[in-house]
Amino acid sequence: MPKEVQRLDRVIIRFAGDSGDGMQLTGDRFTQETASFGNDLSTLPNFPAEIRAPAGTLPGVSSFQLHFADHDIMTPGDAPNVLVAMNPAALRANIDDVPKGAMVIVNTDEFTKRALAKVGYTANPLEDGSLAGYKVSAVPLTSMTVRALEDFGLSKKDSERAKNMFALGLLSWMYNRPTEGTLDFLRAKFAKKPDIMSANIAAFKAGWNFGETTEDFAVSYEVRPAALPSGTYRNITGNTALSYGLVAGAELTGLPLFLGSYPITPASDILHELSRHKRFGVRTFQAEDEIAGVGAALGASFGGALGVTTTSGPGMVLKAETVGLAVMTELPLIVVDVQRGGPSTGLPTKTEQADLLMALFGRNGESPVPVLAPRSPADCFDIAVEAARIATKYRTPVIVLSDGYLANGSEPWRIPDVSALPDLSVEFAAGPNGEDGAFLPYLRDPETLARPWAVPGTAGLEHRIGGIEKSDRTGDISYSPANHDLMVRTRQAKVDGISRDIDPLEVDDPTGDADVLVLGWGGTYGSIGAAVRRVRRVGGRVAHAHLRHLNPFPGNLEEVLRRYDRVLVPEINLGQLALLLRGRFLVDVISYTKVRGLPFKAEELAGVLQEVIDRAE
Amino acid sequence: MPSENTDGHPNGVAADGSGPAFKGLTLVPVSDVRYRMKDFKSDQEVRWCPGCGDYAILAAFQGFLPELGVPRENIVIVSGIGCSSRFPYYLSTYGMHSIHGRAPAIATGLAASRPDLSVWVVTGDGDGLSIGGNHLIHALRRNVNINVLMFNNRIYGLTKGQYSPTSERGKVTKSSPVGSLDTPFNPVSLALGAEASFVARTVDSDRRHLTSVLRAAADHPGASFVEIYQNCPIFNDDAFEPLKDPGQRDARLLRMEHGEPLMVGADRGVVLGEYGELVVADVAEAGEDRVLRHDAHRTDPGYAFALSRLDRPAFEHVPVGLFRSVRRPSYDEMLNGQIAEAETTQGRGDLAALLASGDTWTVE
Repeated sequence: MPKEVQRLDRVIIRFAGDSGDGMQLTGDRFTQETASFGNDLSTLPNFPAEIRAPAGTLPGVSSFQLHFADHDIMTPGDAPNVLVAMNPAALRANIDDVPKGAMVIVNTDEFTKRALAKVGYTANPLEDGSLAGYKVSAVPLTSMTVRALEDFGLSKKDSERAKNMFALGLLSWMYNRPTEGTLDFLRAKFAKKPDIMSANIAAFKAGWNFGETTEDFAVSYEVRPAALPSGTYRNITGNTALSYGLVAGAELTGLPLFLGSYPITPASDILHELSRHKRFGVRTFQAEDEIAGVGAALGASFGGALGVTTTSGPGMVLKAETVGLAVMTELPLIVVDVQRGGPSTGLPTKTEQADLLMALFGRNGESPVPVLAPRSPADCFDIAVEAARIATKYRTPVIVLSDGYLANGSEPWRIPDVSALPDLSVEFAAGPNGEDGAFLPYLRDPETLARPWAVPGTAGLEHRIGGIEKSDRTGDISYSPANHDLMVRTRQAKVDGISRDIDPLEVDDPTGDADVLVLGWGGTYGSIGAAVRRVRRVGGRVAHAHLRHLNPFPGNLEEVLRRYDRVLVPEINLGQLALLLRGRFLVDVISYTKVRGLPFKAEELAGVLQEVIDRAE
Repeated sequence: MPSENTDGHPNGVAADGSGPAFKGLTLVPVSDVRYRMKDFKSDQEVRWCPGCGDYAILAAFQGFLPELGVPRENIVIVSGIGCSSRFPYYLSTYGMHSIHGRAPAIATGLAASRPDLSVWVVTGDGDGLSIGGNHLIHALRRNVNINVLMFNNRIYGLTKGQYSPTSERGKVTKSSPVGSLDTPFNPVSLALGAEASFVARTVDSDRRHLTSVLRAAADHPGASFVEIYQNCPIFNDDAFEPLKDPGQRDARLLRMEHGEPLMVGADRGVVLGEYGELVVADVAEAGEDRVLRHDAHRTDPGYAFALSRLDRPAFEHVPVGLFRSVRRPSYDEMLNGQIAEAETTQGRGDLAALLASGDTWTVE
């Protein structure tokens, strides 16, 4: 008799296990199955900075949360409906996030006395009633995997390693996921190890069949495809989208891409991704340090390339000097900061938004730099293209503030039509621009205030640039008081003027009569959007706007701020945007902050928002 | 390498006219202009102190550049911070006066993306060995096709006279009133430790020797490191005087010439010591046949390193000339090779195909 299938509108699953259990891979595969099925989705990987923390310990727990739905969703979800715990540590580290009534699937084989003691359980939680209220499914995942692979002639250890595929098979059955993609993936991944390939496929199928035959699971679930706008989609992480955006930026500007970078979590995947695209003329240079990474990028820009460097907070600090040189020499440069918890080494694998003020002001002297921030994983593509546009058009370094959550999180991305992307062609200076055939490297375009970009190899335009103050027009060294004042103000005016060349801030205010505006920036878009929806569902009136341009701000920002009685600014820092808004506009915004290394929960933000609305009314 | 009087090709063009004669410049276009020294002088007033060794180096360099035979616009000088780093302003080529110690990194990005340029890094002992030591050794080990000219005056000039990483221990300066405590770097040993493929030393005041070293550096594909002993008349005057004074220099300089015996003056020669080290011995005592002949092309850097250890603080014997010149693939050559290989075997990338790679699905 076929089992009952229940329809759900959305599900949040969290896979949790040891760092070595392959939870990221399991989550990633489930995500791909879900994406190809056509659900909307959002993911939140969460893993320790240590590569292999001691097995079975709390610090070694790695997890992957996936939220998928038959409608469009904005966050990876606050609380899992299903927790898959591969060992006691995974259970202990995650159970507090799981609401009562949710399903908890545990791998009973790992619940040994020793493993329990290792994480401080004095009694077995599967037996002492502490999981009362949860729908607990106790499944001996490890031993069932080993049994399923008995005939494969593998060592016990190798057989056990396939248990994540058993779990994936079980969950794939439970949510009626398409499996062909995972089977193809396993065939390709283990093409050179046919016995491991067959074992993983067998484990995956055994997990599926177990779900179908066991009486432990009476029901499977269906989440229908989401009605997303028409188009071709793929699932994409922020780091991949950003890499593609940089390649696109290079193609659209007609410049070769040069990446100078030093490995750092959580930005390294951009270096990895770009190093694979040599056929686009992409040159990647793994430098000896962060300083050399940005230095080489600037050197390449001087030579007419689209120079890019990628890093995270601890690397940004080291790049400040070279970014200052790029401000002075007025050369295009893209600096990507995938923010993580700080200060210092901080929380390498956790997210934060605390580099905003450093991006704006973390250099000596008056050193204005345009700053952009993507609002979702897929938006990283558009922001990278925008960074290429601003950097090349205005001859300026541009800082992109992504974050750990966007970098590793993923969502469906409607693949853009390449022919509809903007033409960003760059024209290098080709001839003299002064009297008597002179070349004036600091004679500016009256519209953009950009100076000419004259690349070595162009006859007649030989010139010298550098970090010493430049004389207006000629670019010669100048220590003149009046000239310095002029140049400081001109560099600032150039960056300020970009506000005329960016989209005005859009406000989502469906009723048009909200008194409260919630204003965010960067990676908090999803959480804030989801909170706003919750509030509106219960009749709350609230407007939402989200900044992607942090410097300069969109031209209408002040007007937007003044339109509302109260402005709530949630940030994953201690109120850096709030400080800027107060300082710039004398608007007393309400700052709400959390710095836990994790995205905001929609429920929590909705509560804060409701409070502000209630106070306003 | 073209000779000093380039047999009918004053701009250093290869005899068959196919490209520049310098092997370090094979990807740089040939100039159809015959330059003269004055063509490389910029309109900027030179602002070094009177008597500074930098003047002599600048003049030698400007005098040498026409020999390269490449268009002026294809030459780029990148410098860091310090007295020597003002160099680019005084040349009519492209140039960047960058930030302290970072010139090798900036030049790496430029040279790696623009193989059609002749890229020169001008640095000093503070810029190149102190704040920028890391970039220098990595540029050398990678063998980026750049020429690094390190002016060594053994003092910080621009900050007015503190000891530098090449100052002798015990040096009394503004920041070391009772003597500095640091053991100095030997720049040549350091470069060889990084397995630089070209390492040479010369002296600011010997224009002929300096020019010959510049010529050899330009001729070298890959990174060239040239240490130039340079006098700072204000803060460390006459630091290298024993090597310049006509009365004593010949007895102190070990002028290395490939294939020639390693002699210090007429009487002393370099022989193999008991533990494999090199020692300077009286030829009459040691025997003429024990004097080594210089081989700058040895693959193993150990021999060149041993030569660099012959330096003595009081200049009893100091090697100058080419320590090492070996051919190994340059970084930019290999990087651009990978790009070309990818474009040839996979075809030029297609953006639409890249964006749509991986698992996709269509919503009607």
